[in-house]
Amino acid sequence: MNTGSIFLQQLINGLSLGSIYALIALGYTMVYGIVKLINFAHGDVMMVGAYAGYFVLVAMGTTVTGSVQVTTLSLLLAFLAAMIVCALLALVIERFAYRPLRNAPRLNSLITAIAVELILQNTMRVLPFVGPDPRQFPTMMTKSFTFGPISVSNIQLIVIISSALLMIALNYIVNKTKTGKAMQAVSYDLQAASLMGISVDRTIAITFIIGSVLAGAGGILYATAYPQIDPVMGYMPGLKAFIAAVLGGIGSIPGAMLGGVILGIAETLTKGFLSSQYADAISFSILIIILLVRPAGIFGKNETVKV
Amino acid sequence: MKDKVLRNMLIPGVCAIIVVIVPAVLIRFSIIDAYTAQILTLSGINAIMALSVNIICGITGQLSLGQAGFMAIGAYSTILLTANAHLPLAVSIILTGFITAFFGFLIGFPTLKLEGDYLAIVTLGFGEIIRVVLVNMKKWTGGPNGKQFPTILTLNPAVAYLVIIGTLALLIILVQNFVRSTYGRAVLAVREDEIAANSTGISVFKYKMLGFVIASFVAGIGGALYAPFIGFVKPEQASFTKSIDYLIFVVFGGMGSTTGSVLAAFILTYLQEFLRFLQNYRLLIYPVILILVMIFRPQGFLGMKEFSFVNTFDKIRGKIFRGHSMEIPKGKKEPEATEESNV
Repeated sequence: MNTGSIFLQQLINGLSLGSIYALIALGYTMVYGIVKLINFAHGDVMMVGAYAGYFVLVAMGTTVTGSVQVTTLSLLLAFLAAMIVCALLALVIERFAYRPLRNAPRLNSLITAIAVELILQNTMRVLPFVGPDPRQFPTMMTKSFTFGPISVSNIQLIVIISSALLMIALNYIVNKTKTGKAMQAVSYDLQAASLMGISVDRTIAITFIIGSVLAGAGGILYATAYPQIDPVMGYMPGLKAFIAAVLGGIGSIPGAMLGGVILGIAETLTKGFLSSQYADAISFSILIIILLVRPAGIFGKNETVKV
Repeated sequence: MKDKVLRNMLIPGVCAIIVVIVPAVLIRFSIIDAYTAQILTLSGINAIMALSVNIICGITGQLSLGQAGFMAIGAYSTILLTANAHLPLAVSIILTGFITAFFGFLIGFPTLKLEGDYLAIVTLGFGEIIRVVLVNMKKWTGGPNGKQFPTILTLNPAVAYLVIIGTLALLIILVQNFVRSTYGRAVLAVREDEIAANSTGISVFKYKMLGFVIASFVAGIGGALYAPFIGFVKPEQASFTKSIDYLIFVVFGGMGSTTGSVLAAFILTYLQEFLRFLQNYRLLIYPVILILVMIFRPQGFLGMKEFSFVNTFDKIRGKIFRGHSMEIPKGKKEPEATEESNV
């Protein structure tokens, strides 16, 4: 394989990884846009989603030999389960951890978010039916489609297509529905929105739920692409997704999508051409550079501080 | 006046010496068993880290999630200086502090221009970068398996206690004096209101940097004592989880309160050992405590209050004095007790 085709191949891999980052980044960016909180627990909501999907897949498809068969139906049900579980989880987290602190200094909410992350990770670790050990996530048989020099696996196709569908759905919800407009209004000015008769509590809860539903789907896609799950699996993709959100301009939905794809591609290119060990360091370096050069991100607006 | 200065130095000094020497002697003669000594000394290291986090988060007001990264730099530098450069341990510990402070200076340059959440994330990112670099520099750091480093501090609990708690006491004194100096007050001004501080001629960036470098120095010393004490260090020492552990001490004790941070480090380290019978469920206790503190007492247990040996001494003396002379009516405050006093 020559350098050109490796490059193209890594581009496809990057697009697939990047769409997962984008899905998770959307949750970060929406929550940040509306309550100015870095929801550290978001990556772990994704992990819970992956576990929910895992249990559905195992329950649906275990064959006599003990191996797990994944059909389209069981995969769809796994998506559904992950989304519902994550939505409920988000509801609980928002109600009991973040809502009491909404008017507190931002530092306090940030620390609470870190605490929620630790609670989710450690709860999964001590739950008897989950446990700390990594598990093999059941996936379907890998088929590759070759287009000239590059090959695309069916899993990559599923990842790219389903994240594209989810993002289109999100775009519709945010821009065309009443709830979406309420979300925009609350993120623009929380107090003015509440004066206009928008229920702020409800809108914020819905934002958390939508973000977490996307994270749940992202969790299954991530676990399908990298088929191993454990209670701390959400930490790294969560951070990467956050970097993607910052890269695109935090608070901006198209920014999160673009940021995710850019980050995914940057990472797979690092893996392909430099060393897979340094991929994590590269993502953080991108974050640092972006924050120094253009802190508002690609689509962000610069804000001036007034006295 | 001179008398007062002497008194203000003497009272905390005597207390510090008692706290450092007496348990060390007790450990030496096995009146305190080795296990308790181990916990106490580990608490001391945690308290040094809590001190470092408190300097950057509580006193300078910049949330850093990467202090464990500096601790790891400190730990590995000490090992390299002692094992590869053959320096005496004491010299390399002090040198390590300055090396880590220099790293703090380098990292602070780009990061301290950022604020709030962004700063938190970038410091977190630097912590992770340090971890990745430590994992990959196999020749120097031993890679992901870590590095062995047994020393006298690992083997002799009394010496370990003496050195580590002694360093802790020394650092507390230095930090408290720094906070009350001109520089320290400028740092506090930056914490309270950057714009106001800037308009009164305080260079915000410079003082943030000062706080950051001092915090890195303290974290470096923490790491430099950790490696010889535990006798082993892994790149995981730089991870985010570790940084959060140290942050929890400070949040619990009260951000901005040195007393609170140090006490919380001792209490929570002991609590973790005490709750060992809960097995893995104890992992849930820290974060639950953290959320409850944030919701019900966001300023931490001591808020920004400091415990003062001199004030306490005055109060006790005042009480004794009141017992002797019946003329002072009950409830009236002694003049000494309300007096502003340092340390």
